[in-house]
Amino acid sequence: MNMNDAPALNADTGLTIAGTTYNSRLLVGSGKYKDLDETRLATEASGADIITVAIRRVNIGQDPKAPSLLDVVPPSRYTILPNTAGCYNAEDAVYTLQLARELLNGHKLVKLEVLGDEKTLFPNMPETLKAAATLVKDGFDVMVYCSDDPIQARMLEDIGVVAVMPLASLIGSGMGILNPWNLSLIIEQSKIPVLVDAGVGTASDAAIAMELGCDGVLMNTAIAGARDPIRMARAMKLAVEAGREAFLAGRVPKRFAASPSSPMAGRVV
Amino acid sequence: MQIELNGKPHALADGADLAQLIAALELSGKAVAVAVNRQVVPSQLWAGRVLADADRVDVVRAIGGG
Repeated sequence: MNMNDAPALNADTGLTIAGTTYNSRLLVGSGKYKDLDETRLATEASGADIITVAIRRVNIGQDPKAPSLLDVVPPSRYTILPNTAGCYNAEDAVYTLQLARELLNGHKLVKLEVLGDEKTLFPNMPETLKAAATLVKDGFDVMVYCSDDPIQARMLEDIGVVAVMPLASLIGSGMGILNPWNLSLIIEQSKIPVLVDAGVGTASDAAIAMELGCDGVLMNTAIAGARDPIRMARAMKLAVEAGREAFLAGRVPKRFAASPSSPMAGRVV
Repeated sequence: MQIELNGKPHALADGADLAQLIAALELSGKAVAVAVNRQVVPSQLWAGRVLADADRVDVVRAIGGG
């Protein structure tokens, strides 16, 4: 059979969050780049549709004509996902996202993260649950950075968040997928998308997350901190796609025994 | 009068409203959001939202973050 007769692979269905389907299962942050040009090029190379941003006070007195982040990652092209990075309690996180909603003209999709301490940047789950409940009630579509604890993830789902995003390892650590078993428990039980947020260090980490059955991966440092961020952005795009394809294809089971790939029959010896 | 703008003291003419403050900061038409005393004020309501002494005003924008 020639190539034209090859059966078409069913294309991946895309990542659906809060009723909107995105082509890319890779979500990227926009922090830590050396300048806005690098931000733009790496974001483009990643193929991501959803880009996280931080909400911060304007530096009063700074040149108001200086280019801004939203000029290089325009909301007309990307889905902007405002985060609550730096918030350590529910009240501050809710306030930050209320400002973000106004900033982005009523945009509802947000990333909630309420941190526990500066050393670990681990989520403070009681405050995260509290903020999630307030935000859901206020009409936000909330994606939540959370611990890799299946019970807390279920509590978030019960509250009505649109995605849970357990950490794979500490934010910015590049330590990779440290507890695939917990992630698997969360993936198995969740009816909403599960994305790994935080800890990815290199392409294989992203592929592992996708092979476990994650719906997507969110990363920033792994790309922005690489020696060549634009090239790493492309690597991550390919890794997420490869991991997803492998998940859909269904890997062979691991077994501690050899199995020849060539037939034994018809040997010349 | 004196307000607190993004955490710092800021002198402002008595009776000034938010639209005047934002214009003075050369931020009119920019992608910013504003809150007074932690209450978000939509941009269409800036004109006429008169500020009072000791009001705490936050003016925020989007920057790079993960």
